[in-house]
Amino acid sequence: MRLPLLALLSRGPAHGYELKQDLEQLLGAAYPQPNIGQIYVTLGRLEKSGLIEGEEIAQSSRPNKRIYRLTEAGTEALRAWFEETADEPRVRDEFFMKLALAPRTGLADQIALINKQRREYLNTMRNLSKLSATEDRDNRIAQLLIEGAMLHLQADLDWLERCQEELEGLE
Amino acid sequence: MSRTADPDDAPRIPLLRAEGLVKTHYGEGAPAHAVRGVDLSVRHGEFVAVTGPSGAGKSTLLHLLGGLQRPDSGSIRLDGECTDSYSEARWATERRRRIGIVFQFFNLVSNLTVADNVELPALLAGTGTRQARAEREKLLAELGLEGKARSMPGELSGGEQQRVALARALVNHPRLLLADEPAGSLDSKGTREVMRLLSRFHQRGQTILLVTHDARLASAADRVVSFFDGRIADDAELGGAPARGTGLSGVLELKD
Repeated sequence: MRLPLLALLSRGPAHGYELKQDLEQLLGAAYPQPNIGQIYVTLGRLEKSGLIEGEEIAQSSRPNKRIYRLTEAGTEALRAWFEETADEPRVRDEFFMKLALAPRTGLADQIALINKQRREYLNTMRNLSKLSATEDRDNRIAQLLIEGAMLHLQADLDWLERCQEELEGLE
Repeated sequence: MSRTADPDDAPRIPLLRAEGLVKTHYGEGAPAHAVRGVDLSVRHGEFVAVTGPSGAGKSTLLHLLGGLQRPDSGSIRLDGECTDSYSEARWATERRRRIGIVFQFFNLVSNLTVADNVELPALLAGTGTRQARAEREKLLAELGLEGKARSMPGELSGGEQQRVALARALVNHPRLLLADEPAGSLDSKGTREVMRLLSRFHQRGQTILLVTHDARLASAADRVVSFFDGRIADDAELGGAPARGTGLSGVLELKD
């Protein structure tokens, strides 16, 4: 959450609630929205580390609001962020360990584990398809987010298929 | 197209019931056991996807169910009626009336226009010229191909050709639509389009059996049969709540 908030602030000063709305607009309904409390906590931390600075604005009829702006150090942190490449996705470690260890325990069958996991992935895939159909078609960023999740899931399903091909009939 | 699925008055007899299907291909080399004892029922209004790796025998299964190939043993009932003694000609008739099929490579008649490709099966099934044209116009409009009636298949994109193939498969209002890797030669946009259309026809009551290796496409179905090595490994109804908490938000959440 830290760097996305910095990135949103690079356009100009804003308060916490505006940042939440910006995020919602950008990522669409697909993205599980962070709650406003989480945003305020993160802004507090960013201010403490000198990446943003806050200014209290007095409002006559409502409580004061705090407007944040990006500092020089904040801009630097953002630059460094864009400079780095992101980590690769990882294999589902927990499921993999279950699969690897099941035969030694005698408590679970590998093929049954694969079938169960596949059902779960397929259900999630189905929900993603539905979400993609209801999400605004013109919100490309939101659609790409959903498609990314679907392609990852597809890869996991393909991998389950490989596991099944290798392990079927071995027990 | 006006048929709707009402679970309450749907007949109890499954639309399709296969029992003990076996098919072995004898070519060069060792015999390939493509289908090794499959029982499968499809109820009226159901959308069933059969998935599995390539070479698992799922296309052979679809061919058996559409009468394009004959099983070595086992039995297939359509609407409760045993098809075991059907002749080739009878199967051909059924494929015009009760069963529509779409294939990976569209299989359109390349020297006929789009309109003729769609109208031909209707005319062969005995529909009058005027009505065949009306059906064709309705379907092409529905599939976003209004302006393409006079085009030749070769002038269309893959996605468009597959939509023509879908119109052709549905022109006689078959009770069962069989789809064999319908997005197998399409790009991701074409895939989404096919997925959307299959879901739409299904929502109106069309019974569909889809064979695909693509999990995204399969997830449009309400039941997924996993096919491995000629056998059914799992048969799962979709649409229930995810067994574990994470579900959607888990796969969509962006972490720092």
